Formats: sequence, structure tokens, C-alpha cells
Amino acid sequence: MTEPIVEIKNIHKSFGPLEVLKGVDFTVNKGEVVCLIGRSGSGKSTLLRCINLLEKPDSGVINVFGQDILHTRNVNAYRAQVGMCFQQFNLFNNMNVLENCVKPQLKVLHISKNEATEKALKFLDKVGMKKFAGADVRTLSGGQKQRVAIARALCMSPKLMLFDEPTSALDPEMVGEVLSVMKELANEGLTMIIVTHEMNFARDVSDRIVFMDQGKIEEQGSPDQLFNTPKSERTRSFLNASIANAR
Amino acid sequence: MFISNCIEILNKYGSSLMLGVQTTLIVALTGTIFGLVLGLIVGGFRAVKLDFTASPAARFCKGFFDVLANVYITIFRGTPMMVQAVFIYYALLDIIHWDKLPAAIFVISINTGAYMAEIIRSGIQAVDPGQSEAARSLGMSNAQTMFSIVIPQAVKNAFPAISNEFVVNIKDSSVLMIISITELMFQAKSIAGSTFHFTETYFIEAAIYLILTSVASLILNLIEKRMNSTVRLSIPSSVTDTVTVDYMSKKEKSDD
Repeated sequence: MTEPIVEIKNIHKSFGPLEVLKGVDFTVNKGEVVCLIGRSGSGKSTLLRCINLLEKPDSGVINVFGQDILHTRNVNAYRAQVGMCFQQFNLFNNMNVLENCVKPQLKVLHISKNEATEKALKFLDKVGMKKFAGADVRTLSGGQKQRVAIARALCMSPKLMLFDEPTSALDPEMVGEVLSVMKELANEGLTMIIVTHEMNFARDVSDRIVFMDQGKIEEQGSPDQLFNTPKSERTRSFLNASIANAR
Repeated sequence: MFISNCIEILNKYGSSLMLGVQTTLIVALTGTIFGLVLGLIVGGFRAVKLDFTASPAARFCKGFFDVLANVYITIFRGTPMMVQAVFIYYALLDIIHWDKLPAAIFVISINTGAYMAEIIRSGIQAVDPGQSEAARSLGMSNAQTMFSIVIPQAVKNAFPAISNEFVVNIKDSSVLMIISITELMFQAKSIAGSTFHFTETYFIEAAIYLILTSVASLILNLIEKRMNSTVRLSIPSSVTDTVTVDYMSKKEKSDD
């Protein structure tokens, strides 16, 4: 059961003079749902983006699916196995909802249009967006856009899903619809790494929570352990502040 | 006197003026189309940003291409098209013995291409980079991302500037009379030379240019409007989302 999917060893990453990741070790097992929490600028998103090679770490090792991805020859084939959802949804504005889900399949997986469409409709149905299949993406609300983005990523049959603050750009009343879709995926056993500020969601859905602070992993553990008996003073003060804000 | 002279010129030289209009339109239209294709290639490649996954060979090619593209754009935007026309026409005449019309189309195409490259590049830069990032995260290559996501949106963004190039070309093709193609300016000059009614002839010429550019602008504006409303409206009626409903009611009105 504890088959590691992502193994990160001692990665460092700087943007100019600013060192964002200062030696992070991080492992995610198959079927695990891990939430990354922490203050803005603590390196959570950078860590996530390194896993998808949207950023390249300056040093360290990243093994995903048992493959050294920093030295892989075919980056595109690797990325196709890793789904990613962004804070700003990043849907393709020149396509409608269905095409957003079909086009990448045609380009990357080289399957027939019928097969791709069938798959797209299946996942759009799953996120409750099937009836919007023909809609222009610019006419959708934020929550709808994020659900389409999730369906688009699922169409590639990813073995790992990365979520980079998927609800941070949403109006409060739309957060729930996106989180419930993500919760469903978590229950189905999809391996997920989620950067989030939604503490209740993190507590509810994760197998493990990782608290990052100043470019390092300060503390990690099960939701109960981290929320109820945090070992580190920094974790405690962050959680207290977040929970106070939520009220 | 003035008006009767104009009518006389139109009667006597109408057919040669029409030939001028025809040549002008052929040169301007083909020049704009070839220029656009050239601009898409040059501007598209210039806008490609290689990430760390690119091979050293790709990096070298890209660097080499960027230098070439810069030289091309600097030269063709920095010298008058009239000079380009005489220089290129005579420089290549001994080598390829070309006719004047293909030479004129060649010159106006590469001249327009230099401007188009910059128009396309700024259109590409206006497309939100998050979309490229999403495409890459789905496993699409640099080229796939460029051609199926970025360029379609860039061309749409840049359409007003692209169509403006066509209008500019209708007027600026007049300088190509320097290599004696039978475009409107050249024809008018010949007519004026044989009738000695300079004012009347050039007045007619100006009026024809104005009509051509006005009609072209009108057509291009219509195309632009149509492009902006070709949002596929196969949204089922079960849609309750307010944004979409507002949008649809607006669309119905504009269709009336």
C-alpha cells in the first residue's frame, strides 16, 4: 500500500537572490491525499510546480513513478501523466467547454475524436458540467471554470493530480462546488497533492498535511495530529491565525 | 471646366484606370496575405520562449533565428519601400529575370511581413501566459501550444492591426510605380502626361483611392464584428447561469 509515487530529495530553488525552497524532502504514496499549507511565500506552490516541471529546481532529485524526471528525455509524455489545476483556471479561451477537454487528448494521447469526446463528456458529467459542453468558457462562473479545468485534467487519465490553490480565486459561494468535486476524487483513491488555504477542507480530506514555512517543511502529520497537537511553535501560531481568520 | 475635364478623362481613360485599380488591389491583397503568413512564422518563432526542457541544438537554432529576424525587421521597417522596390527588383533582375508584377508582390510581401511580425508578436504577448502553462501541464509541446492555443487568439487580438495593414497597402502600393507596374498611381501619371490635365487626373486618382480604402475598411470592420460574435451558442436551454443568460439575450438583440 505504501508505494511511493513522488520522492523528492533535498531540492533547492531560487528566483534570483530569493531562495524559495531551501532543501525540501517530500514523499507521497500511491492513493494518498496530501495538503500543503503555509503562509504566502513559504514555497508551497513552487514545490508543486517543480513536480510538474513548470519550474526546474536548482539542485536535488525528484523521482515520480520511479523515474528521475529532472533527467527524463520526454518531458511532455511525463507531464501528460500528471494533472494540474491552477488558481486562475487557465482554460483555453479560443475553445468551448467540450473542446477544452477534447483538444489536449487529440494532441497528446493521439486517440480518435469519438473516443476523446466520449471521455470528455464522461468527466464533464462527473464534475456536473455536461450541460455546459457547448458553452463558451468566458461565460462561465469561476466555480464552473475550475470544474471544467478539473475535467480537462482528468481526461488525460493522470496518475497524480496537483492542485495549486484551486479555490483561492473563487467567490466564497463557489468554493463548495469545487471542493466537493475534489473530495469525490480523493474518495476514489486518486493520488492528489493540494496547495490550499481551506483549513477545514484540508482537515477533512487529507491523509496527511504538510506545513511549510520559509522554504522548508516545518512539520507534517495526520490532520488530527497536526491540528490538535502541533509540535512546532510556528505551526501552532500559523494554525491559530488561520482558524481565527476563518471565523 | 474642371468637371467636364474629369468626365472626359473618365470616358477616355476609364479602362486604363480600371486596370490600375485591378493591379493595385492584386498587389495590396496578395502582399497582405503573404505578409501575414511571413509575419506569423517570424513573429511566432520570435515569441517562442524555450524552457529548460529545450535541447542545446534547439537553443542554438532559436538564437540564430532571433538574430536573423531582428536584422530582417530592422532593415525592412527602417528603409522606404520605394528604395526596397528598386533595389530588390534590379539586384535580382540579372539573376532570375523576373517580371515586374511578381517583383512588386515580392517586395510588398516582405515589407508587410516585417510589420506583421511585430503585430503578431504583440498579439501573442497579449495572450495570458497561464493558458500556455496549462497546455504544457497537459503534455502539449511548445509547438502544439503555440499553434492550437496561442496563435489563434493572437490573430484574433491583432485583427484590427492586421486589417489596417491591408488598407495601408492599398495606399502604399503606389510607390511601386517606381518599377513601372500598371497600378493606379502609374496609370494616373501616364494619363496626366498625355492629357496635361494634371489636377483633374490626380483628383480622380485620389477619389478612387479614397473609395478603395473606405470600402476595404467597411468590409474589414464587418468581418471583425462577425469574428467577435462567433461564440458558439449551442448552450442548452437548461442553463440557469445568470452570466450566460445575460449574454444570450444581448446576442439575440444584435441578431435582429
